[in-house]
Amino acid sequence: MSPTNRTVVVTGIGATTPLGGDAASTWEALVAGTSGVSLLEQDWAADLPVRIAAQIAVEPGEIIPRPQARKLDRSAQFALIAAQEAWKDAGFTAKAGVDSSMNPDRLGAVIASGIGGVTTLLDQYDVLKEKGVRRVSPHTVPMLMPNSPAANVGIELGARAGVHTPVSACASGAEAIGYAIEMIRTGRADVVVAGGTEAAIHPLPIAAFGNMMAMSKNNDDPQGASRPYDAGRDGFVLGEGAGVIVLESEEHAKARGARIYAEAVGQGISADAHHITQPEPSGNGIAHALQNLLDNTDLKPAEIVHVNAHATSTPQGDVAEIKALRKVFGDDADHMAISATKSMTGHLLGGAGGVETVASILALVKRTAPPTINLENLDPEVNADIVSGEARALPEGRIAALNDSFGFGGHNVVLAFRTV
Amino acid sequence: MAATQEEIVAGLAEIVNEIAGIPVEDVKLDKSFTDDLDVDSLSMVEVVVAAEERFDVKIPDEDVKNLKTVGDATEYILKHQA
Repeated sequence: MSPTNRTVVVTGIGATTPLGGDAASTWEALVAGTSGVSLLEQDWAADLPVRIAAQIAVEPGEIIPRPQARKLDRSAQFALIAAQEAWKDAGFTAKAGVDSSMNPDRLGAVIASGIGGVTTLLDQYDVLKEKGVRRVSPHTVPMLMPNSPAANVGIELGARAGVHTPVSACASGAEAIGYAIEMIRTGRADVVVAGGTEAAIHPLPIAAFGNMMAMSKNNDDPQGASRPYDAGRDGFVLGEGAGVIVLESEEHAKARGARIYAEAVGQGISADAHHITQPEPSGNGIAHALQNLLDNTDLKPAEIVHVNAHATSTPQGDVAEIKALRKVFGDDADHMAISATKSMTGHLLGGAGGVETVASILALVKRTAPPTINLENLDPEVNADIVSGEARALPEGRIAALNDSFGFGGHNVVLAFRTV
Repeated sequence: MAATQEEIVAGLAEIVNEIAGIPVEDVKLDKSFTDDLDVDSLSMVEVVVAAEERFDVKIPDEDVKNLKTVGDATEYILKHQA
């Protein structure tokens, strides 16, 4: 391998989600088909047309010491928890430099969110209006800036090779991981901590997404509200949390004797250039991203046995993705077990790509595709093998999984992982 | 009624505990906010605003830079409280 085309592997995973406070508990709940959605009991939710969300299972305040937590937006708290889990899981015992197996100059951090520190911004605006200028927190700016989760993870772990925050709405988390893969492949870093985070369960984002008619209003049945591919789906359910992985050059991982979960084969990226919120309905934009993935890597369609779909439970989006998979893979799509884990986690926006990458990697490691819950009447336009009802075993041998993420703005990001 | 020196130190100790997590018994007159009590320049603004409310005193931004230790802040508050 030339230094600019190095093999990249995954050596650590971490997550904090509506299903569990770490990757292991999240995975268990996914395989069991558990919904993380519940009714919002907060007073502020009483008058909203949408009163359901997938709230975090373990409050970050139970883990991060209070003096540190009060300087971090909730999205940065989630990111820090997931990053520390992934870092430890990768076998590092302290921050880079203190742990002598990691040179800080060769460590990067790429953590994204879709909308940044939105609750900090809105809460501090309330403080400004209700209590006056003097009471606005001096920590407001470093808390609300979208690069804050990445910067805080970088500081905590000692990442000096570069800290980045790509922003592409609901594709942000996946784009961050794609960016990290390239940092390693091209030799800018040996190890990169990468993922996505989001904390937007607040009346303003819920009112705004609700007025776009993008969200499910199924307040009477919270756990049945997120139903990708079901003919009765009526929009996504907002979720919160973070998923972070440790990516590493294969040579660096082997040199320190790290456990390798999977190879990060690469990515396919495209843009629809069609509409600011609607997906290109024929799936051409997504197909372009899938084709780029095949053209830019040695991935073979026959290896792909599992797709963690973007599938947010919106009428148009779910179908466009399936059309694209058919367009690019043809009959090969028949052997791809497709899972829509948002049926359980809700839609974590910029956190989705991170959490679903963790799920995709564990699907390969455990050779198990999680179920898509709430799928009772398959939309006739969905011509694909959806894993519904119960988890399904994946085949032996060398297998690969895709994680699709698409965002408002027409951003399409497909990541590919493969067993080693 | 104006606060005594003892009451001001105790009040500052509670504020520093809330903001920086330092045990109240470690907040003493000779301690530096930055070097000893983990209060950086941003958190110092929080300490000042909380002290203003608690002791009914105004501490203009240009005076904050002179408040290096708990003793400096205590003396300032004693002198300027309403």
